[in-house]
Amino acid sequence: MTAQPTDIATYNFAYLDEQTKRMIRRAILKGIAIPGYQVPFASREMPMPYGWGTGGVQVTASIIGPDDVLKVIDQGADDTTNAVSIRAFFKKVANVAVTTETAKATIIQTRHRIPEHPLTAGQVLVYQVPIPEPLRFLEPRETETRKMHALEEYGLMHVKLYEDIARHGRIATTYAYPVKVEGRYVMDPSPTPKFDNPKMHRSPALQLFGAGREKRIYALPPFTDVVSLDFEDHPFEVQTFDQPCALCAAENVYLDEVILDDHGGYMFVCSDTDHCEKRREQGHRGHLAPESPLEKTEPAQ
Amino acid sequence: MSDEPLLRVSALSKFYGSRVGCENVTFDLWPGEVLAVVGESGSGKTTLLNCLSTRLLPSSGTASYRMRDGQFRELYRMSEAERRFLMRTDWGFVHQNPADGLRMTVSAGANVGERLMAVGDRHYGKIRATAVDWLSRVEIDEDRIDDEPRAFSGGMRQRLQIARNLVTGPRLVFMDEPTGGLDVSVQARLLDLLRGLVTDLGLAAIVVTHDLAVARLLSQRMMVMKDGRVVESGLTDRVLDDPRAPYTQLLVSSILQV
Amino acid sequence: MATPLVVSDVAKSFTMHLRDGIKLPVVAGVSFSIRSGECAVLGGPSGAGKSSILRMLYGNYAVDAGQIIVQHEDVLIDLATASPRTVLAVRRLTIGYVSQFLRTVPRVSALDVVAEPLVERGEDREVARGKARAVLAQLNLPEKLWMLPPATFSGGEQQRVNIARGFITEHPILLLDEPTASLDASNRDVVIALIAAKKAAGVALLGIFHDQDVREAVADRVIDVTAFAAGKIAA
Repeated sequence: MTAQPTDIATYNFAYLDEQTKRMIRRAILKGIAIPGYQVPFASREMPMPYGWGTGGVQVTASIIGPDDVLKVIDQGADDTTNAVSIRAFFKKVANVAVTTETAKATIIQTRHRIPEHPLTAGQVLVYQVPIPEPLRFLEPRETETRKMHALEEYGLMHVKLYEDIARHGRIATTYAYPVKVEGRYVMDPSPTPKFDNPKMHRSPALQLFGAGREKRIYALPPFTDVVSLDFEDHPFEVQTFDQPCALCAAENVYLDEVILDDHGGYMFVCSDTDHCEKRREQGHRGHLAPESPLEKTEPAQ
Repeated sequence: MSDEPLLRVSALSKFYGSRVGCENVTFDLWPGEVLAVVGESGSGKTTLLNCLSTRLLPSSGTASYRMRDGQFRELYRMSEAERRFLMRTDWGFVHQNPADGLRMTVSAGANVGERLMAVGDRHYGKIRATAVDWLSRVEIDEDRIDDEPRAFSGGMRQRLQIARNLVTGPRLVFMDEPTGGLDVSVQARLLDLLRGLVTDLGLAAIVVTHDLAVARLLSQRMMVMKDGRVVESGLTDRVLDDPRAPYTQLLVSSILQV
Repeated sequence: MATPLVVSDVAKSFTMHLRDGIKLPVVAGVSFSIRSGECAVLGGPSGAGKSSILRMLYGNYAVDAGQIIVQHEDVLIDLATASPRTVLAVRRLTIGYVSQFLRTVPRVSALDVVAEPLVERGEDREVARGKARAVLAQLNLPEKLWMLPPATFSGGEQQRVNIARGFITEHPILLLDEPTASLDASNRDVVIALIAAKKAAGVALLGIFHDQDVREAVADRVIDVTAFAAGKIAA
């Protein structure tokens, strides 16, 4: 990956210098070797603010090669500012092919979603993570949370779920829903909706998590057991929607509520824009879909 | 009553540099026994308590604890994981300041339920029922179960802390000035509650206090400490009614009569 | 008859460290024994050391020298050198004690104060309360007081709670420290009857009674404590 195409000579390939990439790859390898364990790494300043995916970008920059095809999504959409900017960034600094199609991508960097299209072996899903420590909100001391992970003391995680049920009558946590990895480490799956948690379980794709501000990398190798925490009498459940996507009529997908006008009008549409478009291309029609199936309909953001 | 002690402490010393924390403390504690450790601040009683509860490691000496399987284990040779497990299952620690022993930002019910969840209970309904039961045992109304301890009075917080510690049925409880900082009437209620719980559950307890009245009410045995050393020990009523060591006589003669 | 309590050559003094370590001898050479089914009374003027002797027998005062041999279950134990844990076991099962004053515990009802020694011996709480009711009734403590903590009771009422607590168990040895001091005549008679019942049951009793009538009614013999005077100063 030291090949430097002449048209991007002003940058080292994929922006980061090779030493940094090695350091990050070592952290990634360690993370893969210990699924769910948060590996500290020397996070670099990136040309974007923290909170914009600096962790994910560093992971992607360290694993991307000239032949990779990159897809970037933000809340499931390929066309939001964050996704567009990161895609443009890698096009510029690595000159790689980019796509919006889940099936064609070799690397998918994501913020807050897992694509609806099932991932396959060989693909890598890179998550942008704001706060990697699932125990943080109940135990502020890093020394203590590390010890709790080391000693597998995870009672506190259930305290959080207990509080949910006590206050709301059910587990009200809907995103960043804690999971147990390979029966060992409790992990924060980043702020993805819990709807996506089952997709992590035994996924054939490699899943990497990068937290730039918090300087942590963790990983799920392919086919890793990922179990959402719950109670026997309050089992884990994903969100359900009582109507299909208004544009492509898809069911059993994650939907976003989109406001249509100033008079309380709204519709529910796929949060995964690629998935929605593909379905419409195949002729699926929701009740609010435009007449022509090929006409592009951009859901409001 | 068992023929073997629960805890055997031998020649325990803790030095902070050249200063003495506690020195050469030796005693046995049997199941169901309450031992009071009294002395003024700086006498080493809290250092001793922290060493015994493995919150501090002593400079020398040994302490072995009879585990539930009947085997004695050397406390300071256990792994940290084993010690922490012991701490949240078979032991309890009641801090003087309830904020040190409670999670102030989660509900009373979750505070009581945490230890149950920590040992693997995964049935919300059962955990909650146990929490309700324990709150009533420490005289906290059931309708406060979802309130945070921040909304509780000092006495209630202390009672909640006790419930949180006792919910896993520990065999040994450490208490550091459990009634310190409470009004006299609140103290009396707490003492009575502790006495009842200790008797009903057959708990062994080590209670650090500077209040001789608390010691008399709660404990059967007593150790008097001064400058890190045990100057007198014996039956609580014997030590208080017939103090032998000069320092104990001073302590006893300093009690205010009501 | 068995002799469950043998005292030989016991001595006691107090060292007052706060007063330049002056030594106050109390008693020396105390030797006597008590048989089952008898009530012995410690006699002598105030300050002769009667209470001190009683307290040593209960492990409440330390013993300087000598032996206090007690038959505890099937073994003989020297209380003068026994470990605190042994003394506690002896108190629970073998030696009962009625003190001069009731030490009250906040918020515990009179009924539970009386029932407690039985509960400590493993009796079911409700059974123990039933027995406590019977003894309190026998001692004419008004029923409306039973569920109240005794802290606010009159001296006589507290003393009756104390006596009930001491007599409720079946300890083979019972020590009585002025149990009738603040009682009226009719309640004194109840205590005399209680003592007689204990004697009949084979309990070895040792008491201090300043009340001449009571002493004559219960005492099988008087042990003169002045014989054990230690030195010239008595505490």
